Amino acid sequence: MRRRRTLAAMVGGLVLFGSAAAGAFPADVAGQAAAPDTLKIKYQRPSAIPFPGDNGYTKERETLGRMLFFDPRLSSSNFISCASCHNPAFSWGDGLPRGIGHGMKELGRRSPTILNAAWSDALFWDGRARSLEDQALGPIKSPGEMNQDLEQLIYKLGSIPGYVGLFRVAYPGEGLTIPNVAKAIATFERTVVSGIAPFDQWIAGNENAISAQAKWGFLVFNTKARCAVCHQGWNFTDGSFHDIGLPTTDLGRGQLLPKLVRMKHAFKTPTLRNVDRRGPYMHDGSVRTLADVVDLYDTGGVPRESRSMEIRRLGLTAEEKAALVAFMKTLTSADTPIVVPELPR
Amino acid sequence: MSSRHAVRSVAILGLLIALATAVGAGEVRVAQKDKNFSVREVAVRVNEPLLFVNEDSVTHNVYSLSKGMEFEIRTQQPGQSDTIRFAREGEAEVLCAIHPKMKLRVTVKP
Repeated sequence: MRRRRTLAAMVGGLVLFGSAAAGAFPADVAGQAAAPDTLKIKYQRPSAIPFPGDNGYTKERETLGRMLFFDPRLSSSNFISCASCHNPAFSWGDGLPRGIGHGMKELGRRSPTILNAAWSDALFWDGRARSLEDQALGPIKSPGEMNQDLEQLIYKLGSIPGYVGLFRVAYPGEGLTIPNVAKAIATFERTVVSGIAPFDQWIAGNENAISAQAKWGFLVFNTKARCAVCHQGWNFTDGSFHDIGLPTTDLGRGQLLPKLVRMKHAFKTPTLRNVDRRGPYMHDGSVRTLADVVDLYDTGGVPRESRSMEIRRLGLTAEEKAALVAFMKTLTSADTPIVVPELPR
Repeated sequence: MSSRHAVRSVAILGLLIALATAVGAGEVRVAQKDKNFSVREVAVRVNEPLLFVNEDSVTHNVYSLSKGMEFEIRTQQPGQSDTIRFAREGEAEVLCAIHPKMKLRVTVKP
């Protein structure tokens, strides 16, 4: 009960901050820019990447996984790799409204980034995979995506001597198997973590790392705009599923859980890390800019039975909207470009 | 299957919780807090009330698809509580459709 009281007191404090902040920028912003430490502490980065017990990290697994991730021979056309859609040059997305798969056909949903996927409990926009190991083979075997028969894949990789040796050292006693293809890719994916952004430097104590407008945006994000109800913590997602009121016919998680009304048109809350480099937005790429995203949430979207109860009309001012966008831009890290691996022939 | 008590204030909820704890008998209680269940496992008897209390500031959608144990508590707003009774013994994996991190195993004994 004591903990609840503390939380209630803090939320009360935030509401005060929110209402005081509304419409106040820029004249009064200096005083409000000092976000409460109780709030900032919730945004500290984790100290280590979590790896599952049955697929622990080794350098060999990461190296092999990186090769597989960039290898187009994982597709039946030998033309599409995981990196075709999860392109590091576009913060591990593809910059397109919807992904493009086998035969250059457009897919139904946008390619999500793999940034910080290590912290995800449910993969895909609808959460149908419970682990990265469970997820990794999905797009490879999907007829619309990489269209690769898995038995054939083992034959293909087995005919490349370099891979046989790499699997043997990565998974001693097991070697090249379908599950180990997934495990190696998952290991590499877990190492793809967004780097230190100006926001992180501010959280760590550097007051000059982000602008006063962005600091105000952070407060609006956590209060009046209600973004942090779902885009919570250092990775800016709690992994939750919501129908946010987008005009869409895609049932999303409702396809998996057809009896649950609220899951109709529900999609996973994505990370906001490096978000200004990852447009267009939403599961279908239907929203072009971050300003448009903020406008959409401000209206509350399409009211319908399945719409999340967390979604409502916000009544944001133009200044608050601009501050939210300024804040989100501080989440982008200047990462060292990844070295694309040389693949075994 | 489930009966809903819309609890209007945290104060009343606190009182109910206190009473439930004091009385103790005939009802097992699980809370949703900080986007987690208060326990990972819980045991009840057949037809014994299992109370789900949303102590969070967000909504939850608790359900189970375990064979023979299926139920759904439609969206629970903060402060709301619902009671579930299982008509047969078995194991139920209870999840929140909104928050996949939330997992609870319910063992129903005769």
